[in-house]
Amino acid sequence: MTKRIVILGGGTGGTLTANRLHRHFKHHRVDSEEVEIVVVDQDNQHLYQPGLLFVPFGLAHDQDIVRPRKKQLQHGIEFEQTGIDHVDIHSDTVYLENGRELPYDVLVIATGARLATEETEGLTGPGWNEKVFTFYDLPGATALEEKLAAFEGGKLVLNVVDMPIKCPVAPLEFCFLADWFFTERGIRDKVEITYATPLDGAFTKPVASAALSDLLVEKGVNLVTEFNTGEVDGEGGKLIGYDGREVEFDLAVVIPLHSGQEYVGRSDGLGDDLNFVPTDQRTLQTKAKENIFAIGDATNVPASKAGSVTHFEGDVLVENIIKFLDHKPLDEGYDGHANCFIETGFGKALLIDFNYDTEPLPGHFPAKVGMPLLKESRLNHMGKLMFQWFYWHALLQGRDIPGIGATMPQHGKEHPTPTPEGASA
Amino acid sequence: MSTATYAGVTVELNDEGFFEDPNAWTPEMAEEMAKAEGIDALTPDHWKVLEYMRKEYFEKGTGPTVRVLGKNSGVDVKALYQLFPKGPAKMAARLAGIPKPKGCI
Ligand SMILES: Cc1cc2nc3c(=O)[nH]c(=O)nc-3n(C[C@H](O)[C@H](O)[C@H](O)COP(=O)(O)OP(=O)(O)OC[C@H]3O[C@@H](n4cnc5c(N)ncnc54)[C@H](O)[C@@H]3O)c2cc1C
Repeated sequence: MTKRIVILGGGTGGTLTANRLHRHFKHHRVDSEEVEIVVVDQDNQHLYQPGLLFVPFGLAHDQDIVRPRKKQLQHGIEFEQTGIDHVDIHSDTVYLENGRELPYDVLVIATGARLATEETEGLTGPGWNEKVFTFYDLPGATALEEKLAAFEGGKLVLNVVDMPIKCPVAPLEFCFLADWFFTERGIRDKVEITYATPLDGAFTKPVASAALSDLLVEKGVNLVTEFNTGEVDGEGGKLIGYDGREVEFDLAVVIPLHSGQEYVGRSDGLGDDLNFVPTDQRTLQTKAKENIFAIGDATNVPASKAGSVTHFEGDVLVENIIKFLDHKPLDEGYDGHANCFIETGFGKALLIDFNYDTEPLPGHFPAKVGMPLLKESRLNHMGKLMFQWFYWHALLQGRDIPGIGATMPQHGKEHPTPTPEGASA
Repeated sequence: MSTATYAGVTVELNDEGFFEDPNAWTPEMAEEMAKAEGIDALTPDHWKVLEYMRKEYFEKGTGPTVRVLGKNSGVDVKALYQLFPKGPAKMAARLAGIPKPKGCI
């Protein structure tokens, strides 16, 4: 007899979890049984998603950012390439689209988020991939590259339909890079750039939001807040808000609504209304059943949907799966740590570092001497570029990245001075 | 923080006008707050939304986003904006006496 861990999804979270678990269970048994690991994914193309931001500007191409999934998994891990039909959480079995039934002792949900383009009226209607694009998938980012290269000027609108989205800073980065791109092309004065967001500011957290708003102003990007897109009129060239406001465009780049995967909805008792999987934000065990864990974009934990979050979650997740199989209590170790480089154009970037309790603050990372936080620098830009190397060679392999731990470092952060009681902020 | 008096009872509000204590809220207060926000009378559809907001808040610790409201409250997103023109999630949360929905990060 063997124990079986089934991992659904072979992206960032699924791959790093499989490799870490494999490294442990090569040498350890559970109840004197061996442990086998199966990873299921619908395709064999592992996309480095942060690279999508650079594709529209000709700074990265598909061959640079896609590698075979199977090759990222260590020898001894089984890779099953097929879609997932549903999970029966009562009989601990996954039903795959190719007809295979896969019983499990532990299940890991790592199937990420889905772009729900169909939920916004008109989004994929007339003008789709001609005037209306997204860069959140590879076909979209590639089509947009051609469009941007030929763009002669006019109104460029970047629109986030609603939260949550993957990498909530990516739309801002797109605006900053567009400013740089059109400056380089010598037509910046002919392009009006607007950022239309459902949030009440540039970002979700106050200190970073203020800093990023300043940067938008500096780069001449208009900000439209609390805009909830009800309809995209590709032919008429306008976004129509539910409140009746309209934003005109010659070229719209839209970040569609995100949902969990459809199989989650077909699996009784697994997901919530948006097909995300309710998950304990500290242990990463799901609320569906004690032998089901979840990681990354597929969960409903109140952290950013980001690769760095997925990476830090991986530490705690793997430890807890081992504890669970060894009949030990779980560790409540995940603190919501997220760490994002924000590309700001002209060879610079800014870095933010935060968790459930501490919003992104200025200072330095990881300690007083280090990369500047919330401030543009060339060093951060280098960090952003180097991240791809770390992604393939360290992060996916489940190795630690030197100096970057799962819990957020407090050293080096400049906390705002608390306002005295009663004083107005 | 500030205070306001609705239906004869004084309650504490935060800087953005949301209730500090959702348990201090009564339906009569909602009627009065609605008038101040430009809604003449709360219709059964308004109430459907407010009740759903409170139920979600007490179950999940935060009010729902517009998208979840549109899916589950029994009123679709377009109609939600007609009922609560200043933004359904925030406005309905205020009238329902719960904190501003966290939205997402
Ligand atoms: C444009 C863009 C820029 C980004 N930039 C950054 C950044 O700078 N920094 C950062 O930290 N993060 C960034 N991210 C976010 C990051 O890529 C994700 O958060 C991360 O990849 C999430 O990992 P995951 O394992 O949860 O999901 P994924 O890596 O998306 O993996 C999910 C896997 O599940 C598979 N799957 C889904 N449904 C099924 C099914 N029904 N059957 C079989 N298989 C299925 C998919 O094929 C996929 O391989 C960015 C994302 C985008 C889109």
